[in-house]
Amino acid sequence: MGKNSLIKRITGSREASLLLVLISLCIIIQILSPSFLTAKSLQDMVKNNAVIMIMALGMLCVLLIGGIDISITSTLAVSGMAVGMLLKYNVIHNTFLLFLIAILIGALCGAAIGLVVSRGKVLPIIATMGFMYIYRGFAYLIAKSQWASAENLGDFKNFALEKELGLGLLNNVIVIVLLCYIIFFAVMKWSRTGRKIYAVGSNPEAAAISGINTKKIKLIVYTVMGMLSGLCGALSVAVYSSAQPNMLYGKEMDVIAACVIGGVSMSGGRGTVAGALLGSLILAVIAKALPLVGIDSIVQNTVKGVIILVVIILNVVAQRMMQKKNLKRREM
Amino acid sequence: MRKQMVCGVLCAAMVFGTLAGCSGKTETGGNQSSVAQDGGGSSSGKTYAVITKSAGNPYNEKIAQGFQKVIEAEGGTCIVKHPESATADAQVSVIQSLISQGVDSICIAGNDENALQAALEDAMAAGIKVSCLDSKVNKDSRQTFVNQAGIKEIGQALMEAVYDISGGEGDWAILSATSQATNQNAWIESMKEVMKEEKYSKLNLVEVAYGDDEPQKSTDQTQALLSKYPDLKVICAPTTVGINAAAKVLQDEKSKVKLTGLGLPSEMAEYIGDDEAHSCPYMYLWNPLDVGSLGAYTSMALVEGKITGKAGDKFKAGEMGDYQVIEASDGGTEIILGPPFKFDSSNIAEWKSVY
Repeated sequence: MGKNSLIKRITGSREASLLLVLISLCIIIQILSPSFLTAKSLQDMVKNNAVIMIMALGMLCVLLIGGIDISITSTLAVSGMAVGMLLKYNVIHNTFLLFLIAILIGALCGAAIGLVVSRGKVLPIIATMGFMYIYRGFAYLIAKSQWASAENLGDFKNFALEKELGLGLLNNVIVIVLLCYIIFFAVMKWSRTGRKIYAVGSNPEAAAISGINTKKIKLIVYTVMGMLSGLCGALSVAVYSSAQPNMLYGKEMDVIAACVIGGVSMSGGRGTVAGALLGSLILAVIAKALPLVGIDSIVQNTVKGVIILVVIILNVVAQRMMQKKNLKRREM
Repeated sequence: MRKQMVCGVLCAAMVFGTLAGCSGKTETGGNQSSVAQDGGGSSSGKTYAVITKSAGNPYNEKIAQGFQKVIEAEGGTCIVKHPESATADAQVSVIQSLISQGVDSICIAGNDENALQAALEDAMAAGIKVSCLDSKVNKDSRQTFVNQAGIKEIGQALMEAVYDISGGEGDWAILSATSQATNQNAWIESMKEVMKEEKYSKLNLVEVAYGDDEPQKSTDQTQALLSKYPDLKVICAPTTVGINAAAKVLQDEKSKVKLTGLGLPSEMAEYIGDDEAHSCPYMYLWNPLDVGSLGAYTSMALVEGKITGKAGDKFKAGEMGDYQVIEASDGGTEIILGPPFKFDSSNIAEWKSVY
């Protein structure tokens, strides 16, 4: 019985079909290009997609409460540019301190959005569209038409090369990604705040009546999204050894896509950390694999779009089938 | 309750207003969009506009600076416009606002070769002298083009660099910007043309990869090139973002593959050097200040009627010397600045602080 229910739990979960898609994608790519599944190539992949993977966690929470945040890469640019300029003008060199500053800037940016959305009752897409321009503008103002390049970044850029956080085994950036996922998995599954986020998303009225302070939850969620964007700002400066005010321009769509592929509902209430992980991994695998398997550069974007659509459709179909099965079981 | 809310929003607005104000004040030299009024002088009363590809890019900034300096020295009024994104759409709206302002000339670095035609034709119909610099628009959209380096010269220089760094034989690849980028495509074509010579017969171009001028995608593409072609010797990246991302990948991995191409000295200083530890022995670029200055002299010559943009026209570009308008390969005309400038370990320290 115990074994039976475990199998049912695995096959019945939304993420199972995604995992299947991910594994089959990897197998196909591995056949086409044997250099794909090597430890180095996989580490490179996670490192190069760390920013999207981490921000997908914040976006998961935002989507869960029925919101959306399209200002995230602008927040990222503000904090990344701030880090770059602090290094360029020799103000601060301590890597830990710089990360802290980046996260703080992100938190402030996020809190401002949270206030406008929760207290001002502005539609999230409209509020964050405004902030998208405001923050991107801030990034340009901080930059003053300067870039911070590898030479200005000193020891900071070594953070993305060293393995001290991973005890000499894993790259620092990958450790940070793992830490974020572990923390979010625990918080979303077992903490009160995590459960409240789901409650606000599935039924805001019921949540409010049952005594949940929905405004506070919204504020927290957007602030957390900002913190993650800030963290990613510092990370992307370290990974690419370059701070430019147009960093990751337009990439918020990749983050949202990662969540949507991962089965997170755009209307709130549904989605898991595992889904966000699988979704962003699928995107990362596609980005890594397209140049490897020798698809002509010009059609790569088209292929990427098609694969994303196919994955989403497959997932939706699989989910419907599962729901039908579940309903049948209930009838009996 | 409602009052509180309104108060809150107003407060937030105020805080942001002040924040924006502060950062605005510290900004020197009016970078985003500046109008320098300067009455009197020979070109006085005339207004010259320059439109770059996008804001927040030091390279575009230098072009605008070079342009502005010349115009103001001659007593003209200079309008510098940086569109907010590197798209043709953003430039079209800038062009339209300049037409309604009634400027005398527009000098533009095109984000798209054809998409600006309607807007620029409107400008010419309104009596505005239209030239382009850095990245050209098609021949019907311009009177002439200030070419930072002849396509042939760039192709020749890059091909020579690939030949030199690879030792004359072996596999090499190109990492470009987008597959639609006007400049990059012309240079790549020209390199392929040069490669037909007997001298380069042992060089094998394995792939032209496109990193879309995004660090993330360029990194993926570089790593893919390395794992797909184990015998790769040289990567040539004729784009500033691409060469930077590729240099980082090669240097971090301590790869034997070497890099050359076109890049910004300040961005590439970390990677340029003759030893094994550096990924880029040398690269090329032109001086964007000079591109801007020549653009300004060209605009003035057009407005003053010294040239009309026909092949064979000659004019004097201040201290830069004499220039001639020549036939361009697309059927229009162009003015060529000169051969590209080589940055290597001997001069990078001096240039990295310039741009």
